[in-house]
Amino acid sequence: MRLLIAFALVLGLAGLAYLAGRARGNRMVTAAGGRMGAVHSRPVYHGAYVAVLALAPALIVLAGWGIVGEGLIEGQVLGSLSAAERPAPGNDSEALLNEVRGLVNGDLPQAFNPLAPRLAPVYAAARSNGDLLAGALAVALLAMGGLWGWSRLRPDFRARNRVETQVRALLLVASVVAILTTFGIVLSLIFESIRFFQLVSPVEFLTGLQWSPQTAIRADQVGSTGAFGAVPLFWGTIFIGAIIAMAVAIPLGLMSAIYLTQYADPRVRKWLKPILELLAGVPTVVYGFFAALTIAPLVRSFAVALGMTNASSDSALAAGLVMGVMIIPFVSSMADDALAAVPRAMRDGSLAMGATPSETVKKVLVPAALPGIMGGVLLAVSRAIGETMIVVMAAGLAANLTANPFSSVTTVTTQIVALLTGDQEFDSAKTLSAFALGLVLFVMTLILNIYALAVVKRYREAYE
Amino acid sequence: MNQNPAIGHNTVPKMTARDVNVFYGQKQAIKNVSIDVSAEHVTAFIGPSGCGKSTFLRCLNRMNDTVDGARVEGRIELDGQDVYASGMDVVQLRARVGMVFQKPNPFPKSIYENVAYGPRLHGLARSKTDMDEIVESALKRAGLWDEAKDRLNESGTAMSGGQQQRLCIARAIAVDPEVILMDEPCSALDPIATARIEELIDELRGRYAIVIVTHNMQQAARVSQKTAFFHLGTLVEYDDTSSIFTNPKATRTKDYITGRYG
Ligand SMILES: Nc1ncnc2c1ncn2[C@@H]1O[C@H](COP(=O)(O)OP(=O)(O)O)[C@@H](O)[C@H]1O
Ligand SMILES: [Mg+2]
Repeated sequence: MRLLIAFALVLGLAGLAYLAGRARGNRMVTAAGGRMGAVHSRPVYHGAYVAVLALAPALIVLAGWGIVGEGLIEGQVLGSLSAAERPAPGNDSEALLNEVRGLVNGDLPQAFNPLAPRLAPVYAAARSNGDLLAGALAVALLAMGGLWGWSRLRPDFRARNRVETQVRALLLVASVVAILTTFGIVLSLIFESIRFFQLVSPVEFLTGLQWSPQTAIRADQVGSTGAFGAVPLFWGTIFIGAIIAMAVAIPLGLMSAIYLTQYADPRVRKWLKPILELLAGVPTVVYGFFAALTIAPLVRSFAVALGMTNASSDSALAAGLVMGVMIIPFVSSMADDALAAVPRAMRDGSLAMGATPSETVKKVLVPAALPGIMGGVLLAVSRAIGETMIVVMAAGLAANLTANPFSSVTTVTTQIVALLTGDQEFDSAKTLSAFALGLVLFVMTLILNIYALAVVKRYREAYE
Repeated sequence: MNQNPAIGHNTVPKMTARDVNVFYGQKQAIKNVSIDVSAEHVTAFIGPSGCGKSTFLRCLNRMNDTVDGARVEGRIELDGQDVYASGMDVVQLRARVGMVFQKPNPFPKSIYENVAYGPRLHGLARSKTDMDEIVESALKRAGLWDEAKDRLNESGTAMSGGQQQRLCIARAIAVDPEVILMDEPCSALDPIATARIEELIDELRGRYAIVIVTHNMQQAARVSQKTAFFHLGTLVEYDDTSSIFTNPKATRTKDYITGRYG
């Protein structure tokens, strides 16, 4: 809120800077008798140049304060306590600071910790001092930047080119933000995974066959000690995402792509293709409840009819089938592109030899498009193994190492959800294992994606 | 002198076309074309680009069936059999009337598999030895055997353009067709590869009825015995190649071969 007000103020001042720059540009044009070309850049560029020089440093200061400010305030607040009173760093300090913050903001009528009411004024003072300081610094820099830019304006000043450079810098920053975010996510995954691997050996994690992450929270609690062998999860993920789902998606996706590219009347294609692509737009949670409420009972009755009287209502098959349907558009649109990229001359050559359309598809088009189709399938697999909602709702939580499609299995994503929902100590092996699972999943999909893109790219080059 | 430009010779024709019209949607690309193609000769179709040479050629093996919106009217016969009759099997027709395209289009398969493609489709070989023989003789007749015999398992697409085009000719020959249609087979090739193909066409003459579309008049003069001149979708003149080039009857033909337009 405070930050929002500061932002609004800074933006308003930058708007003034823009007007001032533009006005000066206009005056220069008038002074030059209004001749085109007498002033290098149009007045709007003068305005924009001044505004950007004013805005950029102020925004950096405010953003910086928004990021590190809270930490500085907290340090100051805790520093005001004597060493004896100071709570241990970590959870205790966090709890105290939360109460202090609650008191200052008025969210909390009364605090439990007797230290909190004492610290509240310290916190409030530190915060308002900090805000004031940051705000003042931002406005000062804004004024300096704006004035400096304003003072540089001359009829021959190349404001247009400068603004172009500024725009480029802005675009660069935007793309760097996305990259840095990804990088940060990966780093946090790695750090938390390292903490996990200090508690559980990577060998056990990657090769163990037993997954039961329930660890005792209190020392006197009865219960398991926890087993972190993730193989059943990896198997469940592959079983559902790479085997059952692909058994549905590859034939259906490929055949619909063949129909659409080779057989369908252009008018039919115009309708069918968007409808097929609509499948990709259905929210996965909708697929999830479709799997859980419609398909899973059907699969179960089928299993019972087959004589498996104890068939569970969660099954790998139900989740895999629905996931396969969800993945069809990925496979079919990649296969569609790949088939369409095979030169028409290839198809004509085969037809002119007396091949029927389906012989042509089978013997020439699909083999020629195979790398592209493979790429699509790999991307679909990586999408399927990262998919969460369907398996959470339909596959179950039991970490069975089984190839029976009617039994319940669990996947990496389902377990991550299960591990992180509910109350948990943040540094228990159970919670940390979610990060290790996430890391494995990330590495798997990354490898699949890189490989798939390389395959597709090599294929594209083959037909220039 | 014969009134009908189609009847240019007195042997029994291999293929005959009568009053053929071709439409692409509303647009008429071929107007009332009648022509006889002889079995012993190489027949050249010449004419400025866009005059319908390819369109007409594709009628002869019904490749226009694969073009969206194309419609063919009139009668085309192969040995007296109506090509467009409902009883005519397109697969069989195309086995009898082979085609070589403008741009070499070998399949992304080995040289051997490219040549074996047609024989496999039509079940011409009973054993591996049969197939080896068919592939070898097709490559020999296409003048490619010496260059290809040591690399039969390499991809056909890795060959030079001229070799690829001869591979496509070998592929067409392998099913032992009666007619071979060639649509500007040299337009993507350099002069040396072109000369090689022209030689090959001359060697194949007599064994197959050959129809070649070309925009290169010297080429028509070199390889063909009969030449048909198309203009704006009509057949203007059809005669012995020597007469067309030395003594054209229509002024449009004369203008074209003397290079006044096109
Ligand atoms: N697939 C098609 N759809 C619509 N018009 C076509 C198609 N193919 C050719 N045409 C038209 O038919 C006419 C004859 O073309 P074409 O037979 O390719 O001429 P040529 O081979 O003599 O250069 C041209 O006007 C061309 O634009
Ligand atoms: Mg043409």
